[in-house]
Amino acid sequence: MSTPATRRKPPRVGDQPLFRRLLIGIVLVLVAFLILAPLIIIGVEAFAKGWQVYRDTITHPDTRHAIMLTVLAALVAVPVNTAFGIAAAWAITKFDFRGKRFLLVVIEIPFSVSPIVAGVAYLFVYGLQGVFGPMLDEYGIKILFAIPGIILASMFVTAPFVARELIPLMQAQGRDLEEAATSLGASGWRTFFSVTLPNIKWALLYGVVLCNARVMGEFGAVSVVSGNIRGQTNTLPLHIELLYHDYQAAGAFASASILALIAVFTIIAKVALERQGAGRVHSPATRPSLVANTAEKTS
Amino acid sequence: MRRNVLPGLPLSLGVTLFYVGLIVVLPLAALVFKAASLGPEDYWRIVSSSRALASYRVTVLSALGATVFNLFFGLALAWVLTRYRFPGWRIVDAMVDLPFALPTAVAGIALTALFTTNGWFGSILGELGIKVAYTPLGIMIAMCFTSLPFIVRTVQPVLEDLDPALEEAAQSLGGSDWAIFRKVILPLLTPALLAGVSLSFARALGEFGAIIFIAGNQPMSTEITALLIFIRLEEYDYQAAAAIASVLLLTAFFMLALTNWMQSRALRYTVRG
Repeated sequence: MSTPATRRKPPRVGDQPLFRRLLIGIVLVLVAFLILAPLIIIGVEAFAKGWQVYRDTITHPDTRHAIMLTVLAALVAVPVNTAFGIAAAWAITKFDFRGKRFLLVVIEIPFSVSPIVAGVAYLFVYGLQGVFGPMLDEYGIKILFAIPGIILASMFVTAPFVARELIPLMQAQGRDLEEAATSLGASGWRTFFSVTLPNIKWALLYGVVLCNARVMGEFGAVSVVSGNIRGQTNTLPLHIELLYHDYQAAGAFASASILALIAVFTIIAKVALERQGAGRVHSPATRPSLVANTAEKTS
Repeated sequence: MRRNVLPGLPLSLGVTLFYVGLIVVLPLAALVFKAASLGPEDYWRIVSSSRALASYRVTVLSALGATVFNLFFGLALAWVLTRYRFPGWRIVDAMVDLPFALPTAVAGIALTALFTTNGWFGSILGELGIKVAYTPLGIMIAMCFTSLPFIVRTVQPVLEDLDPALEEAAQSLGGSDWAIFRKVILPLLTPALLAGVSLSFARALGEFGAIIFIAGNQPMSTEITALLIFIRLEEYDYQAAAAIASVLLLTAFFMLALTNWMQSRALRYTVRG
């Protein structure tokens, strides 16, 4: 059969100029209203009372303490979750064992649980009315309404972040390289550091960046377990709420601008890492593991 | 089966189980235990109190509204980002992740500032007689914001992988664009859309930070379930907090199961090499 090669192909579905322009127009307007405007107003409101007020808020001891606490939470929670993510991905992708599917589901649970529920759950473990609370109290160990509680709640919320990036990737990469390295006599650690790690470094970093952003911004879970003690257990997001309800809107937005800046840098880092192939979005059907890939790709 | 020669199973699995047990399972088990210790009658009385019922109502209805809006907007956004190239599309593509990257409390105060009666949007909408801040509409907008990326990011990759030959075949058979979209493209997108919808809905149900600033937080009308739990805690009514939290937890488990089930159906119909 001869198909004339010169025949002009019809435009692809939805490529008529009018429809195309209309759709782009509607989408851009909505993006501007729903996503861009909130970002802009943070900057506008932060400087509404002038540079001086902005600087005073940022350098206020309470704000500085909140920043320090937020950074501290990230410095503990992110490395621990990274180690967990690597261990989980290694166990799940390099070995076969019973209950793997179930383990994947459990790892994903924090994504679907409301942060408030997470906070309440921690209350019933470490609080005075909780399982370990009375015992801890006897020994004078304070977890709730103190820094350890904040870190634990942050860990819950971000537990799947690194694992979720590594598992699909390591699943796709298979076990051959590691098996070759081991059979040539490399130790387990050597195999991991010289064979596995170079192959997963961008995905790992990607997970770390997203995990960090979430730890620094977590509000619901932390607000339940922190006790909101100004200058003691207030993280930056909690500090924003406190200022806001104190009718110090400019201060709240000034503090918010720091977190907004971190969010913008997170997105820039995310795009840069995606160029390296990290977090490459595969369609659900092409992704190897069911559960690990169901969750949000980014967050 | 080949014998596995790789080392590290005891260590990696041990670390994984220990961490998951301590960080995820233990707290949730403690919550379920606490809620279960109430006894069926007290439990039922708390979770079916009129204030709790009103909170489920406003949470579920707002989440539904937000999800339906995001279904259309998310699909349109994913379509525009994969099919059309225009100046700045990369920036728009990156901006889709902002709701995930921006802390919820920051999003909450920003949206409130935009939609209060003297805000940029609130003042215009106010003249039209629409009140957003401190109404269920405000809750819906906050939910729209936080869960938009779910639908875009689940649909986008499927749209990118769509085989153009399918469309061309349909075109050569004389199908109109709308017919092709409805009968060829949409069925292929449906599994991803459903997965995105259930993720988006689940997130909206549990959202707290972005909502409490823009919602009026009036009991019986603009009080979401997550906030009611928080209020019960502040009143030191831990049992009520546990009971209502367990309702949200069960809903989350249900949504998780639903998403996984949809995903496995998606796999069944889309076999790839």
